[in-house]
Amino acid sequence: MSQAVSLREAYGKTLVELGRENPDVVVLDADLSWSTMTHFFAKEFPGRFFDCGIAEQNMVGIAAGLAASGKIPFASTFAVFVPGRSFDQIRMSVAYSQFNVKLVVTHAGISVGEDGASHQSVEDLALIGSLPGFTVIVPADAIETAQAVKVAAASYGPFYIRLCRPKLPLVYDEDYRFKLGKAVTMRRGKDATIIAIGIMVSAAIEAADSLGRQGIDCRVLNMPTLKPIDEAAIVKAATETGAIVTAEDHLQHGGLGSEVAQVVTRHHPVPMEFIAIKDTYAKSGKATELLQRYGLTAKDIEKTVHSVVKRKRL
Amino acid sequence: MALSEMGDSLSEASAEKVSAGASLSPAARAKPLSVKEMAVVAKRLRRHIITMTGKAGSGHPGGSLSAVEIVTALYFKVLRHRPQDPCWSDRDRFILSKGHAAPVLYATLAECGYFPISELATLRQLDSHLQGHTDRVTCPGVEMSAGALGQGLSFAIGVALAGRLNSQDYRAYVLLGDGECDEGQIWEAAMAAAHFKLDNLVAIVDNNGQQIDGWNRDVMNLEPFSAKWQAFGWRVIEVDGHDFTQLITAFDQAKQVKGEPSVIIAHTIKGKGVSFMENNPDFHGKAPNAEEVEIALKELE
Repeated sequence: MSQAVSLREAYGKTLVELGRENPDVVVLDADLSWSTMTHFFAKEFPGRFFDCGIAEQNMVGIAAGLAASGKIPFASTFAVFVPGRSFDQIRMSVAYSQFNVKLVVTHAGISVGEDGASHQSVEDLALIGSLPGFTVIVPADAIETAQAVKVAAASYGPFYIRLCRPKLPLVYDEDYRFKLGKAVTMRRGKDATIIAIGIMVSAAIEAADSLGRQGIDCRVLNMPTLKPIDEAAIVKAATETGAIVTAEDHLQHGGLGSEVAQVVTRHHPVPMEFIAIKDTYAKSGKATELLQRYGLTAKDIEKTVHSVVKRKRL
Repeated sequence: MALSEMGDSLSEASAEKVSAGASLSPAARAKPLSVKEMAVVAKRLRRHIITMTGKAGSGHPGGSLSAVEIVTALYFKVLRHRPQDPCWSDRDRFILSKGHAAPVLYATLAECGYFPISELATLRQLDSHLQGHTDRVTCPGVEMSAGALGQGLSFAIGVALAGRLNSQDYRAYVLLGDGECDEGQIWEAAMAAAHFKLDNLVAIVDNNGQQIDGWNRDVMNLEPFSAKWQAFGWRVIEVDGHDFTQLITAFDQAKQVKGEPSVIIAHTIKGKGVSFMENNPDFHGKAPNAEEVEIALKELE
């Protein structure tokens, strides 16, 4: 796997590109522009950048008003604050109103690390995923981030793009083209399928490679569009491989695992296991330490695939 | 009386003057009215509010009645708008933040010709575009879906910022409830509007002094209210919210203000125009029953 690259930086630089292409692209932030990397846009387009201060509810409302008037607003802060702090504003002013607002949030999941549980958004996918009409994207690397942000800008409707704090290894080449609503097969396989998002995709690939050496031929799907989810790819995985493990840096409730399980139980029930945070808050610590503590590593995925395959054979 | 008949029940002379009949062109309906004519419209709006909430069996008459003159002055005098073209890019925007006052907005939009007056009778019914609280997706002329309080001022800031970015000279008017100003988001937005120097933004507070649980001063004291807005960097104009001349003067004054947003604190009476609803918080979120409708309509003849 290649070197680690910042998803946030990819986002910030893509915003600048979009800003040059389209004068209607505007950006909002809530006093975190150097963390979300919207500062790149702010520097080049100061008149189209609105720092709303530490007031996320207001920021979401302003974004809705801009969208109502023909602008394409990208609003950014940490995932704990959007949607965490501003859920009702997103529900009323964006989702129910069907406005063309793009929420691109950073520092999602426990991989935030040292800031601790207050800053580790582990509920956001459940919250946003529950809102009718939202498109939800969790990119797996910097290349996919840039692609997804461009697709969001070009598509009408509310979008939520979830980025993590750490740099991630590139899992794609530069010529990769993100397709909205489509899973991406990262590894072919017939014995089991790992479906992963975000930071867990590279771990899933690592696990599959290791399992391959142990004689388990494991498929890996990246599911960058969590909503609307690629039902066909999930059904195909269930049918062809007979066992599924999902992997996400999010609570087990209401995230990728829940979505996949709904598709699997309806269309082709097979044994499933869930790599996710189990109904708890995490702690301060290094991202790698936390991922280990809460069972979100390639080794954990590997172990879980072994157990799901056993259930399959029973 | 069916709602569709309401227009016919007014005297011919006033119906002509009010120009709310379907026979007139939409442009004529949106023509600025005199204070006298607006008073006639206001009475019609009050009758609509009573009749439609009475028929629906639920809704919010109190805070709709208190805002009648404010909304009438805006739609029949102040706003630049085209009922036949609700999405006209250069229109002035009216944003109803206190979404429970939907009946006064629906009645006004119907009187302006955004949709037929007869549709008011469908309020809160399944598949009606007149949802219990405003839904901008289904109802022509509604700028924002509202109902969860505190959100309209932020939205209006976005609208005003976009106008500035686009070099459009439209203005954003947003109607807040005084009780709504309990919400923290209002003050986030108040700070931001002043920070962004939005002189194309005018907030109007329907200051009827009451919220569901009673008088504001008992539930959650807002005073010193005017001083709060001033401290947040707004030009404050206080008026009698049932006096058209004062309201229109205030809107004119707000247009002259440069470099800061304006707020018109309109002192009103909740339930205004119906004796048993006036200053009665019971009618915040309760519709009149058949008997009450009858009495109210008699008072509004």
